[in-house]
Amino acid sequence: MYDVKLIEKQAKEIRRLIVKMIGRAQSGHPGGSLSCADLVSALYFGVMNVDPKDPAKPDRDRFVMSKGHACPALYAALALKGYFPMEELDTLRDLGSILQGHPSALKTPGVDVSTGSLGQGLSVANGIALGAKLDGDDYYVYCLMGDGEIEEGQIWEAAMSAAHYKLDHVIGFVDYNHLQIDGAIEDVIGNGKIREKFEAFGWNVITVDGHDVSQILAAIEIAKRSKGLPSLIILNTIKGKGVSFMENQAGWHGKAPSAEQVEQALKELED
Amino acid sequence: MIGELIATRDAFGTALNEFAKDNKDVVVLDADLAKATMSCRFKDAYPERFFDMGISEGDLVGTAAGLATTGKIPFACTFAMFAAGRAFEQIRNTVAYPRLNVKICGSHGGVAVGKDGASHQCIEDLAIMAAIPGMVVINPGDAVEMRGAVRAAMDYNGPVYIRLGRNPVPVVFDENSYTFEIGKGIKVREGSDITFVANGSLLDVAMKGADILAKEGISAEIIDIATIKPLDKDLIIESAKKTGKVLTLEEGVIQGGLGSAVAQALSVSCPVPMRYIGMDNCFGQSGDAADLMKYYGMSPENVVAKAKELI
Repeated sequence: MYDVKLIEKQAKEIRRLIVKMIGRAQSGHPGGSLSCADLVSALYFGVMNVDPKDPAKPDRDRFVMSKGHACPALYAALALKGYFPMEELDTLRDLGSILQGHPSALKTPGVDVSTGSLGQGLSVANGIALGAKLDGDDYYVYCLMGDGEIEEGQIWEAAMSAAHYKLDHVIGFVDYNHLQIDGAIEDVIGNGKIREKFEAFGWNVITVDGHDVSQILAAIEIAKRSKGLPSLIILNTIKGKGVSFMENQAGWHGKAPSAEQVEQALKELED
Repeated sequence: MIGELIATRDAFGTALNEFAKDNKDVVVLDADLAKATMSCRFKDAYPERFFDMGISEGDLVGTAAGLATTGKIPFACTFAMFAAGRAFEQIRNTVAYPRLNVKICGSHGGVAVGKDGASHQCIEDLAIMAAIPGMVVINPGDAVEMRGAVRAAMDYNGPVYIRLGRNPVPVVFDENSYTFEIGKGIKVREGSDITFVANGSLLDVAMKGADILAKEGISAEIIDIATIKPLDKDLIIESAKKTGKVLTLEEGVIQGGLGSAVAQALSVSCPVPMRYIGMDNCFGQSGDAADLMKYYGMSPENVVAKAKELI
């Protein structure tokens, strides 16, 4: 039912655009953007019921990029989808741009929720799902969290709330790339046993290879069948995925590549 | 009825129910304090539109933000300390920055919380909330004004902070003639010698102080500024031009609250000698509400003393 080839092709294009955009801006977060590119592509070119010509249509699925610093991946997907001209990507992080350093719902067509300050997106996703329930709508709310981000206590407040209110149309993702700014997650604070923690909070948890589009799609379909329980899909990923010198390097969390590095990265990301 | 003692949180709970009856978009969230913020009345009347989030104020505000994106009008209620304090950053980034239509309702503001002590006496809420770009900040002075503020907040599309008071305060306004407008102050009493600018529980204190001064032949003009932001500069400037002296009164820190806002407005257009009544760089403590108000100078007697410094 999904066009896996298209999703994979667009994921690669998203990666190229991430590198170009951050290279041009000389500012941004390539590592965590590259690690979630496959998910973002799966959502926008497969799963989500959205319409760039009618960005506010009431029954649209919602995407909350709680790990807002990965927004180059989102911006690339939105541009490819047609929410705004591709040229806008060349204004990322510039004064007056519609593409802010972190997602702004007021400035960017297709962005439903402003994020960037970590730990808050899951609460917002829950609120959207509660609103949908009140209105009798059955759209889904997808929320992408970082593995470092779930160190924030509010994530666990929200995890409790989603289970309590039986928000089975909330589907969360953890981009489990094992790295945060200060180094390996396990060295910084050791927030492991993500599956067990969310299960203990009353969630339906699925683990997949976050770079395997077919697995991601299958997991989402399973999550959609969950009744009365919110679902979490743990995406086992590689930070910097697709660019050899960025892969598994915490140093590429928030660093822009040089012109030469952009060139090399784009070569690696050729079809 | 004028003079009747009603806590503004009480009036809040009643007004919320009254106006939510015809507005099905209104939803209410609380953080395990529904019986204190009086959102419990809404909970009883409209259980399907009420969400208790438990003791988790960050989640309370974030969930309210999400509901607002679906067209709901969420009233997120908890103590002022845990709304403006604990959840400041959620309010700033997830509600105010995207201009979401969320009403933050902070109860038990000020030191009159009493015996619970400084940890629960939020004296900074109004200053903190007023610092956020685009935030409307309201501190109603009595039950009538609270009812008007709830209606106005519901009808206004954007983020609003409303402070609710724990203790009963005398009704000042006539419910039959009173109208509330966001950003509009009210001249409560005409005077010629000095201007008092007050809000919240200190509106009544200002009036009592003015009564004492009147007996001594000193005429105080009293301006009620329930909306600290946006500030009714015109009304304040007009009065200051007439009296040439301004005393501000607030149950909160004087650094960044009403007094600061008034001073900022006057310093540009009509600088006049000023004095400030409020909490001056100190925390509260446990005690009876009345004793605390007196101890920290928020009393009619101190209004008289401060006014005389200016006259």
